[in-house]
Amino acid sequence: MRHTISIHVENKFGVLSRVSGLFSGRGFNIESLSVGETTDPKVSLMTIVTTGDDQIIEQITKQLNKLIDVIKVIDFTGIEHVEREMVIVKITPKKDDRAEALRLAEIFRGRIVDSGPMTYTVEITGDENKIEAFVEIMKNFGIKEFVRTGKAAIARERIRKT
Amino acid sequence: MKKTGAEILLECLKKEGVKHIFGYPGGVVLNIFDALYDDKDLKLVLTRHEQGAVHAADGYARASGKVGVALVTSGPGATNTVTGIANASMDSVPIVVFCGQVPTMLIGNDAFQEADIVGITRPCTKYNYLVKDVKDLAHTVREAFHIASTGRPGPVLIDLPKDVSAGKADFVWPKDIRIQSYNPTYEGNRRMIKQAANEMVRAKKPVIMAGGGVIISEASKELTELAKAVNAPVTTTLMGLGCFPGTHRLSMGMLGMHGTYCANMAVQNSDLLIGIGVRFDDRVTGRTSSFAPDARIIHIDIDPTSIRKNVRVDTPIVGDVKRVLKEMLKDIKQDAEKKRGTDSKKPWVKQVDRWQKERPLTYRYDKKLIKPEFVVEKIYELSKGNAIICTEVGQNQMWAAQFYKYDKPRRWLSSGGLGTMGYGFPAAIGAQFARPNDLVVDIAGDGSIQMNIQELATAVINKLPVKVAILNNGYLGMVRQWQELFYRGRYSHTNLGGGPDFVKVAEAYGAIGLRATRPEEVEPVLKKAFKIKDKPVFMDFVVDWKEKVYPMVPAGAAIDEMLFDEEEKPKKKRKTKK
Ligand SMILES: Cc1ncc(C[n+]2csc(CCOP(=O)(O)OP(=O)(O)O)c2C)c(N)n1
Ligand SMILES: [Mg+2]
Repeated sequence: MRHTISIHVENKFGVLSRVSGLFSGRGFNIESLSVGETTDPKVSLMTIVTTGDDQIIEQITKQLNKLIDVIKVIDFTGIEHVEREMVIVKITPKKDDRAEALRLAEIFRGRIVDSGPMTYTVEITGDENKIEAFVEIMKNFGIKEFVRTGKAAIARERIRKT
Repeated sequence: MKKTGAEILLECLKKEGVKHIFGYPGGVVLNIFDALYDDKDLKLVLTRHEQGAVHAADGYARASGKVGVALVTSGPGATNTVTGIANASMDSVPIVVFCGQVPTMLIGNDAFQEADIVGITRPCTKYNYLVKDVKDLAHTVREAFHIASTGRPGPVLIDLPKDVSAGKADFVWPKDIRIQSYNPTYEGNRRMIKQAANEMVRAKKPVIMAGGGVIISEASKELTELAKAVNAPVTTTLMGLGCFPGTHRLSMGMLGMHGTYCANMAVQNSDLLIGIGVRFDDRVTGRTSSFAPDARIIHIDIDPTSIRKNVRVDTPIVGDVKRVLKEMLKDIKQDAEKKRGTDSKKPWVKQVDRWQKERPLTYRYDKKLIKPEFVVEKIYELSKGNAIICTEVGQNQMWAAQFYKYDKPRRWLSSGGLGTMGYGFPAAIGAQFARPNDLVVDIAGDGSIQMNIQELATAVINKLPVKVAILNNGYLGMVRQWQELFYRGRYSHTNLGGGPDFVKVAEAYGAIGLRATRPEEVEPVLKKAFKIKDKPVFMDFVVDWKEKVYPMVPAGAAIDEMLFDEEEKPKKKRKTKK
């Protein structure tokens, strides 16, 4: 099963390689990884999407926790959360299809961030399903270049029933 | 007054109670060696190879329970430490390794003798550091010792650029160390402990499987009390030898690939298996799907990742073994069923005794050929079980594990996890520094001893009475054994082809060399060697090369699927091609 795991780490030299080295060294799989600073400059946040059965995921979270620089590990499975990823696609629609491409991008709430004589560059944010669907459709127009940021995830606030 | 980085380093080591450093000099550690030149409190032991230095620090740590320290130069000096570090990592040994590094300005430029040792050792250290500013040095050293020695111990490496050891700063020793993201769990979960105690009292066929964690946690006393309190037989892993008295009536000896028949049978037939300070290594479990099939498993370990890594666990307890066992003993004592529980295990203990009698560890004594097991038995007898035994790797290691009875912890120093040939001799040197008045014996193979034989010079110069008992079978015996059993006797590149004359080698280094070629010479040679107090001794025991280690669980088999000596198939003659 696929799991999104967020890891709060000390913002220190070499930490990324400790985390990625753990995955490669123990044969765990990384589907995507994104890293950024948090509001605390001493802490960075990594979001890793990985797959594995329960036993593997248990090992992954324990092994991550065991790394000296890891402060906190959250596996979002079973936690209400919001997941987003951004994709930037450069498409090459034929002349006749340019209007259609724009219309479809709009349906997906995509933004055109650049355009050339033969290309549009579209930025889109969403969860996995949306991104996959969008990419599938854009393939019809021809994709020249394509970049994904990797997932970011955050827990939803629980609505307290009073 | 400001001090140089080198001076600060030495101050730090003294604060940490360090007396011995095992090391080797080079360009970028000259500042540190210069500071050591007229230091009266720290003794640098010059080894003859950096791998030897790290193994010696490791042996020192295992024998004493203190942190071992090594100091080497950059580049090749640093890369030579990698095996030693990986070895300490696998066996959870607290050591701190200091490597010199090229000046910070040059890092990344492929400077002369530059190696990215922090990158190289990241997966085999518990943690490592590159110190970029002399102001961070004292704090880093303090942290390194703290990390190495707490929780599940392990090696920590500090990379020290030359300008850091030359730079100046005030020496400020941090009073306290707190690392936000490093908080090992020492106290076990109360509810789980209670449940485990309850299960142990009520089990009919319990087995305690104790490992290196018991030794690290200094919990032998509690373990022995526990076994007695619930009347449970005890087996130990290779790493656990000595954590429970090997001569105790409840001791079944070692389990696993070359474990005793009794221990393996007991584990496989148990209804409750209590793993204490173990990690269920594959050499212990055999085929995991058939491991202890009818048992509930209680697993106590300080490292949460050990739990459920290899085997299913019903009652996990993360915590320091000693503290957990203390709590557990309280619960057991208060249990109203305790007496009845103990009595109900009598048939099981009897069954275990029967297994023990059915197939004890044996070998066939020979009047003409020295059996390696006989040598180990004699070492046991003549040392009255009080020696610190180090081993190399291979058959020698297994015989040393099987035929010497370890009654006390920290008297068995062996490379368990990594299986490093060449570990035993430098480890014995380290152990002898830690325990100058104890008899230290390295039980060695003729192959392994040649991997760090240069340390003879270290032992001679320091007048260390380390004894090396070479079980000389002319082969890389353990590999040869596998070839005989599983590769139709095709001894591809395992015959050492005569090898050196170990007596002459010893003498050339200024050590004593002795040899025994017949069984009746074994005892006199050992007696003579044990009397020597100011020099290392090599004892060359020319043993029966055909001898194999039994019982043996073939790779991938369940641990009750053991091979025994008499089941050996008659050898077919190899057909020669015409
Ligand atoms: C550094 C290293 N290289 C290779 C091995 C693989 N290996 C395991 S046992 C063994 C043979 C050891 O021979 P020897 O020291 O003579 O011991 P014996 O088995 O004959 O007692 C070898 C090559 C190892 N464990 N360590
Ligand atoms: Mg040999």
